[in-house]
Amino acid sequence: MQLKNIFKFNGGVHPDENKSASTRHPIAKLAIPKKLVLPLRQHVGHVAKVKVKPGDQVLKGQMIAEADGNISASIHAPTSGKILKISEEILPHPSGLPDFCITIEPDFEDTWIEKKPISWKKIDRAQLIEALTQSGIVGLGGAVFPTHMKLKINQNQTIHTLVINAAECEPFITCDDMLMRERADEIIQGALITQSILGAEKCVVGIEDNKIESYEALKKAAQKTTVEIKVVPTLYPSGDAKRLIYLLMGIEVPKEKRSVDLGIQVFNVATVAAIYRYLELGEPSISRIVTITGAVKTPQNFEVLFGTPLSDLINAAGGSSSKTKKFIMGGPMMGFDLPSIHVPVTKAMNCVIESSPELFPDPKPVMPCIRCARCADACPVNLQPQELYWFSKSSQLEKAREYNLFDCIECGCCTYVCPSNIPLVQFYRYAKSEIIAQDKSKEAANTARERNEFRLARIEREKKERAERNAQKALGAQEKQAEDEKKSTIAAAMERVKQNQQENVKN
Amino acid sequence: MIMALLVMIFLAILLGLVLGYSAIKFKVDGDPMVARIDAILPQTQCGQCGYPGCKPYATAIAKGEADINQCPPGGDAGAKALAELMGVEFKPLNEEHGIQKPKSVALIDELTCIGCTLCIQACPVDAILGAAKQMHTIIASECTGCELCLPPCPVDCITMEPVLENSESWKWKYPIYNIQKAQKA
Repeated sequence: MQLKNIFKFNGGVHPDENKSASTRHPIAKLAIPKKLVLPLRQHVGHVAKVKVKPGDQVLKGQMIAEADGNISASIHAPTSGKILKISEEILPHPSGLPDFCITIEPDFEDTWIEKKPISWKKIDRAQLIEALTQSGIVGLGGAVFPTHMKLKINQNQTIHTLVINAAECEPFITCDDMLMRERADEIIQGALITQSILGAEKCVVGIEDNKIESYEALKKAAQKTTVEIKVVPTLYPSGDAKRLIYLLMGIEVPKEKRSVDLGIQVFNVATVAAIYRYLELGEPSISRIVTITGAVKTPQNFEVLFGTPLSDLINAAGGSSSKTKKFIMGGPMMGFDLPSIHVPVTKAMNCVIESSPELFPDPKPVMPCIRCARCADACPVNLQPQELYWFSKSSQLEKAREYNLFDCIECGCCTYVCPSNIPLVQFYRYAKSEIIAQDKSKEAANTARERNEFRLARIEREKKERAERNAQKALGAQEKQAEDEKKSTIAAAMERVKQNQQENVKN
Repeated sequence: MIMALLVMIFLAILLGLVLGYSAIKFKVDGDPMVARIDAILPQTQCGQCGYPGCKPYATAIAKGEADINQCPPGGDAGAKALAELMGVEFKPLNEEHGIQKPKSVALIDELTCIGCTLCIQACPVDAILGAAKQMHTIIASECTGCELCLPPCPVDCITMEPVLENSESWKWKYPIYNIQKAQKA
C-alpha cells in the first residue's frame, strides 16, 4: 500500500482511532425484534406518504410508505408481519422530539414479497432512476440524501468521475470497513452499475491507509475491472466528500458549487452496495450495518433491520458496562447524544457508541479564547473559526454569515484542538439554525405582506366595480325615463290625432 | 467681472437643468423609508399598533406620527431594529398596545362553525377558506396569528393554538457551560 498522487488538504486532526475493538468479530445478523418502529422521516427531504393502515398484513420488502415528490425516499417493511399503529414516537435526533412512525409487529416467518431484480443494462436511464425512487435507498454514509436524486444528472452536465467514499475517517466507526472486508464484490459490482448509470469514464475508490484488510479485499474484487483503488492518509475529516475529492484529484469544489458541477459524483460504499442489492437481487433498503462500540461488553458490527429498537442492539453486544447509560449516535467528533435507548435504528445510524467516563471524560472547564488561531490551522475548509465563534457567541448572525458560516462542515476539528476547551461547533450549530429560522420567518412575513396587499387591492377593485355597476344602473334608469317620456309624447300625439279624426267624422 | 458673472449664470442654469432632469428621470416612487420600516415589521397585520396594518404603521413611523414601540408581535427585538434604523433611542414595548405572545395560529372548531363568513371578511391575509353556510377552515401555513377573526365570530368557535416545536422546526440551543476558576499550576 503506498500513497501516490495525493493532494493533502489544509488542517485536519488525527484523534485516537479506537476502531480495532469492533473489527474483531465478523458482521452478525441481529434477530428480528418483537416490534419494528419505522420513522417516516429517515431521509433528507419530504416525509414519505403512508401506504398502509393499522391491521394490514405486510410482507418483507413491501413498500409501506412512498416517496413524496423528488427529494424523498420510500420506506419498506423490513420483515413480514402486521401494521400495529401509526403514531408519534421518539426519534434518534438531537431534539428528542417525537415524530410519526409506522409500527410493525413481525410474524417471525420473514416471508419475502416477490423479488423483482431489474435488468439495468436493458432499460434506459430515466426508467432506472424511476425504479430507484422506489428502492428507498439513501446515502448510507450519514447524509441520508435520496440516492436517485444524485443519479439524476441535468442534460448540460456530464459526470466524468465517480468517487466511492471508503475513507470512514471518524474514530470508532467500522461499519464500512467490515462491509468492505466481507462484501467487497457487492461494492465493486455496485460501483460499476453506478458508474454505468452516471456514464462516468472513471471510478475511483478512496480509502484511508488504516484499513489494510479492506484495501486488500477491494483490490482483489476489483482485479479485472477498471475501478481504481486509491489510498489516502488517515487524517480526519478525509471522509468529507469535498475533502476526499481534493485528496484524490486535487480539485477544490468552489463555494456554492456542488461536485456534480465539476463532473464528479461521490457515493458511499454502503450506498453502492445497496444499489447492487436492489437492482441485481431485487432487495429494497431494509437493513444496514451498524457499529455498536464504546463501553458495551462486546463491540461488534451487526446487520440490523431498520426500525429495530436500539436496546435490542445493545443487548446483542453483551449489554452496557457503564453506569451512565449514555449513548452517542455517529462518531465522537460529529455525533450527538441519543435521547433514549428505545429509539429505532434508522437509515442514518451508522454507529452507536456507549459513552463512559473513561472513554469520554467530562469536558474540561471552558476558558476564554486566547486568539491562538489553532482552530484556523485545523480547519479543513479554511475558515476563520475564531471569528465565527465571536460572532456566533454575540449573536451577530449577519456577520457570521458574511464570514462563510454556512461553509462550515461541523467536523469538530476546531473544538478538538482548542486549548481553551471552547465548544466551538456548538456555537456554529446554534448560529446556523438561528439564521435558518430567521430566514424562514422573513419568508413567511413576505408571503403575509403579499397576501395582505393582494387582499387590499382586491377590496379596492371590488369597490370600483360596484361603483361602476351602480353608475351603469343609474344611466340605464335615465335612458329609460327619457324613452318613457318619448313614448308618452307619441301616445299623446296619437290620442290627439284620434280625437281630431273623431271630430272630423262628427263634422 | 461680467465674464465671471456670465460663467456663473451659465453654470447655474446648466446644473439646474441637470438637477431638474435627474429629479424627473430618477424619481423614487413612494417613500423608501416606509419600505425599509415595513421590512422590519412582522407582517402580522394585527392592527394592535392602532393602525389598520403593518404598512400604515410603517408610514406613520416614517412621518414621525407613531412611536417605534407599538408592535407587540415584533416585541423588544423589533423595537430595537426600528430604533437602529431610525437613529433614535430604543424604547421597550409599550404595553398599552399588548404584550408579545408566542406564535400561534387560529383553529376553527368545525363542529360549532355555522358558516357565517364573518371571520373570512376579517382575515387580513385570506387565510380562511369557506363559503356561506359551509364549514370554514384555517389555512394554517398562511395564518399570521393576528387574532382578528376572534371578535367577529358569533359562536366563539375560533381558538388560538400556540405553534409547538417539531423535529423540523427544532433549533440548536445557545451553548451553556460552566466557567470555572483555573487552577494554579
